Amino acid sequence: MNGIDLTVIWAGIIAFAVVVYVIMDGFDLGIGILFPNFKVGPDRDTAMNSIAPVWDGNETWLVLGGGGLLAAFPLAYAIILPALYAPLIAMLLGLVLRGVAFEFRWRDPAHRARWDFAFTAGSIIATFAQGITLGALLQGITVEGRAYAGGWWEWLTPFSLLTGFALLAGYALLGCCWLIWKTEGPLQRQCYSYAGRLGILILLAIAAVSIATPFLEAEYYTRWLAYPGIIATAQIPLATLVVSVLYFRSLSKRQEAAPFFYALGLFGLSLIGLGVSMWPDVIPGRITIWQAAAPYESQLFMLVGAGIMVPIILAYTAWAYWVFRGKVGSDGYH
Amino acid sequence: MENDLAINLARAQFAFTVSFHFLFPAFTIGIASYLAVLEGLWLKTDNGVYANLYRYWLKIFAMVFAMGVVSGIVMSYQFGTNWSVFSDKAGPVIGPLMAYEVLTAFFLEAGFLGVMLFGINKVGRKLHFVATLAVAVGTFISAFWILSVNSWMQTPVGYAINDVGQFVPAAGWWDIVWNPSFPYRLLHTLLAAYLTTAFAVGAVGAWHLLKDRTNPGARKMFSMAMWMAALVAPAQIFMGDLHGLNTLEHQPAKVMAMEGHYESHPDGAPLILFGIPNSKEKRVDYAIEIPKASSLILKHDLNAPLAGLDTIADQDEPPVGIVFWSFRIMVGLGFAMLGIGLWSLFARARKKLYDWPWLHRAALVMGPSGFIAVLAGWITTEVGRQPFTVYGLLRTSESAAPLDAPAVAASLLAFVLVYFVVFGAGIVYLFKLAAKPPEAHEPTPDDAPIRSAGITPAAAVLEGDHEEGAAP
Repeated sequence: MNGIDLTVIWAGIIAFAVVVYVIMDGFDLGIGILFPNFKVGPDRDTAMNSIAPVWDGNETWLVLGGGGLLAAFPLAYAIILPALYAPLIAMLLGLVLRGVAFEFRWRDPAHRARWDFAFTAGSIIATFAQGITLGALLQGITVEGRAYAGGWWEWLTPFSLLTGFALLAGYALLGCCWLIWKTEGPLQRQCYSYAGRLGILILLAIAAVSIATPFLEAEYYTRWLAYPGIIATAQIPLATLVVSVLYFRSLSKRQEAAPFFYALGLFGLSLIGLGVSMWPDVIPGRITIWQAAAPYESQLFMLVGAGIMVPIILAYTAWAYWVFRGKVGSDGYH
Repeated sequence: MENDLAINLARAQFAFTVSFHFLFPAFTIGIASYLAVLEGLWLKTDNGVYANLYRYWLKIFAMVFAMGVVSGIVMSYQFGTNWSVFSDKAGPVIGPLMAYEVLTAFFLEAGFLGVMLFGINKVGRKLHFVATLAVAVGTFISAFWILSVNSWMQTPVGYAINDVGQFVPAAGWWDIVWNPSFPYRLLHTLLAAYLTTAFAVGAVGAWHLLKDRTNPGARKMFSMAMWMAALVAPAQIFMGDLHGLNTLEHQPAKVMAMEGHYESHPDGAPLILFGIPNSKEKRVDYAIEIPKASSLILKHDLNAPLAGLDTIADQDEPPVGIVFWSFRIMVGLGFAMLGIGLWSLFARARKKLYDWPWLHRAALVMGPSGFIAVLAGWITTEVGRQPFTVYGLLRTSESAAPLDAPAVAASLLAFVLVYFVVFGAGIVYLFKLAAKPPEAHEPTPDDAPIRSAGITPAAAVLEGDHEEGAAP
């Protein structure tokens, strides 16, 4: 071929965008999920303030994931999106409610409770829908020719609901740890108290998804559980165990930043697990990345842009986070 | 039948969501530039009125921008959820352009928006100005790419069709990006965004002048808006004419529908000012027309022949009525804008710009004109492209996702409900913000959000209760 396989590079770039999205909007959405538990007033304002300057940038990775899929793997985009019609529409509407709440709750104090509710409802809907999407993709999609050929409820199974709930727990964990890092006082104490329980919950969720996955498809079973592959794949649950021990230890030591990074580690390991199951398919068991790939010219043209822009984007995103570093307060410019 | 219903519902959903979405960027492109100008003037002159106006419009910008972002994400996924065959086929050509939009525009806007909204006390005036400029440039770049995509769908070039039926790039990317209708559409749309903003800002200024003609902020914004109206409206009419000529060259059927020309006119076509298109009988009823004027405008020759829809196969014709009317609404509003612009010049010359209530009332009434004109123009060009998604090559009826009608009906209903509630509320809040006169000490961007340690508020510094992360 052309020496370097651009299709593999693009699969890597899109995987990167998805990982960055899950991590960054994960804590935003997680704060939305936990929001009703925070006391009305300064605690809620602080939680919101901690993400107000960055949520929009975080969400943009989702657009890069979707847009990149369209550009680099148009066939996959064209099959997956209709297959997940209901959850994706729900996710988009959830993101609408979540996104406007940032502005609207400040503009209309008389109805702040309603926009706070919209913030939480939108965050929960979007998260649950993303979890379902993940599960539905893993369990397989009916394809005929170049199109989705299942019904509009095919995505709904116990497994996809399980992944939906698992992601709710996961995002809540990220949001909780973010607030431990970025806040102080009663809100931080409250988050410490949640972080332990959420940690146990996420480990149960990871375990449940991990146990169920090999039985979805024979191919998964072989990859994960047959000798000698198991020697490699067993490292992932082992590492998960190590990171979770470190996570709980950092909580008991009342460390502030470390729990967030260990939580990210748990996410990272789960996503590596996802990669092990899927690679090199973009629609597991049906379409490989090469079958779905856009022509070389399209991939090359975009790669030039991505090669130049992604490092620049990471640099100014890091700068924006740096500007808003440190603990967040609730007080404003009244 | 079932399939037709599902496709029509999907079309309704796309039209509904894109129309709502388009209102927001049409405004943010303009306000972002306006904010950059205000902050630049503030840095240059140190005149507080600019800083106050900046803060005043920044609050409005933040709301509009948020609504634009969330309604825009819907668009980027709807290509796949509802138009998957189109996405599969056109993806290799338009996908990379959309990816460039994300990489060069969306991240830029989102990355600097936080600093623009909440960071002025953290980064200093100059760096903050850089953030404002970055956001303004981002809105422009975003328009650049998405209009390139849209223009390619109208005037596709530089493609080949591969063995699985996909459009794939065949000439260079330069040809695809700069496809024949793109430069015209880009300029026409950007000027439209500036006019939209000028008339929105002008209406807010006029409203406050009607209540207090001494308010310095209201005077300044009204004056700036009227300069824009006077300068940009004639430029836009000129640009619109060029765009129309380009459309005549590449998409003649669209122009025939805009003009209501069912029949060919071998020796000079009339300009139909008004009338009721009757597609069944293929004629315009009750037409009021100027003989030969259409040939004069489109061919710069009174007697030039112009082909009509009788030269186009029925199944390739766009719906005439919608295009005919939306075009007239757009053009009519364009000339009304020109009228306001000229009136303001006259008032300025007579030193009555701030003291002519009828001018202010007229400007107030024209406040929404830009939004309506932008939508009408968008409808003209998009409906005029029908019955194709990729003009002349891929039919709309062959572009849709394999979805059942009930699924699309349910999602359409959900979009309508959520959009009306959410964006309805948002628009009410915008009116509330705009109803407050600009004050001498306009509160900073958002009156509540954001407080990181670095931006310790003055009161807290005095109380010495912040020990974290020392401010620079």
